[in-house]
Amino acid sequence: MAWQWFHRLGSPRWFYEKTGPWMPWLAVLSAVLLISGAVWGLAFAPADMKQGNSYRIIYIHVPAAFLALAGYYIMAISGAIGLIWKMKLADMVMKSAAPIGAVLTFVALVTGAIWGKPTWGTWWVWDARITSMLILFFLYLGVIALQEAYQHQDTANKASAILALVGTVNIPIIYKSVDWWYTLHQPATIKFTSESTIHPSMLYPLLTMVIGFYCFYALVLLLRTRSEVLEREKKTRWVQDLARQG
Amino acid sequence: MHPVRKQRLILVVFVVAFSCLAVGLLTYALRENINLFYPPSSIVAGQAPVDKRIRAGGCVLPGQVKRAADSLDVNFLITDGAANVEVHYSGILPDLFAEGEAVVVNGSLNGDGVFMATEVLAKHDETYMPPEVSDSIQQSGALNAANSGQHQATCEGMQYGS
Repeated sequence: MAWQWFHRLGSPRWFYEKTGPWMPWLAVLSAVLLISGAVWGLAFAPADMKQGNSYRIIYIHVPAAFLALAGYYIMAISGAIGLIWKMKLADMVMKSAAPIGAVLTFVALVTGAIWGKPTWGTWWVWDARITSMLILFFLYLGVIALQEAYQHQDTANKASAILALVGTVNIPIIYKSVDWWYTLHQPATIKFTSESTIHPSMLYPLLTMVIGFYCFYALVLLLRTRSEVLEREKKTRWVQDLARQG
Repeated sequence: MHPVRKQRLILVVFVVAFSCLAVGLLTYALRENINLFYPPSSIVAGQAPVDKRIRAGGCVLPGQVKRAADSLDVNFLITDGAANVEVHYSGILPDLFAEGEAVVVNGSLNGDGVFMATEVLAKHDETYMPPEVSDSIQQSGALNAANSGQHQATCEGMQYGS
């Protein structure tokens, strides 16, 4: 009985019908969190004692980087589920997660470069954190490319799932790179084991943005997966009925 | 679990474990090359090559920054707590360059053990604080007490042990 929900997930139709009502709620929630977090962080949070106002790019940079890493696990784990249980929906989630992750990684790299110029004095440096983040971007691009590289969807899923699984080793490397090696990038500010070294007046808007990014990620992932469900199931009766209803 | 699925699960675990092992060995073998810079103690110990383009990183020793009156030349000492290296640079320093702050310098070591820098990058730490809060902490002396008043005061965020 405990596994029933898991097997139900194997049905794209069940997934499509179940997630439909969530979408407006997720959209409203992420809009409220992102707008309030951005206004709070950009307009009301105090300036930093050393960096002044230029630190405010943290409110985009850090949430984007968080989700780029978390999104990779979502992609790799659904790839593994697709490999092991041959679950169609898991393959669709993997395919949908890749472009979102690539965009978030790109945003983290670009905002990092824009932040680096006024603080470090350079746009780019080949330190461990930045280089491993660039590798993450290439891994996402690889999964996207493999999805398009094969005639048969099953072969494409298998190949991209294996690439995604091999790439998971990069995630702990990115996370720990600033502790393992000498880097220009700062070590982590938000710590899970000890007190964060950011003043609460700056931390709360940052956390709002992080939660907002999570909601927005869930929204975009569900949207993409739902349209993938319709695309792949377009020959089935229930999708055609849905299309006829308009 | 169905035997076929179990087999595939083992295969997936094997793929992940094997790639972790391979990348782990690779990064372990390349650990010296992945480091962005040499800390002063390994430069003083003679582990850094002379007259080759390298990077050095450390905290700017307070009170040791000497600027030339008629040019952009600047001399300062960087430290990691264990050793100091003198750095010579001619040019505009980044805004966040300050005494007691971390820097990464790009250049080469000359025969006298002076680092001739062609580029100075400021490395900011992971602490974010409004100016008023840092003023009041400094007034109460909490910041200095917590850092035993050493030159690492604002440089404590740097991870020297790798």
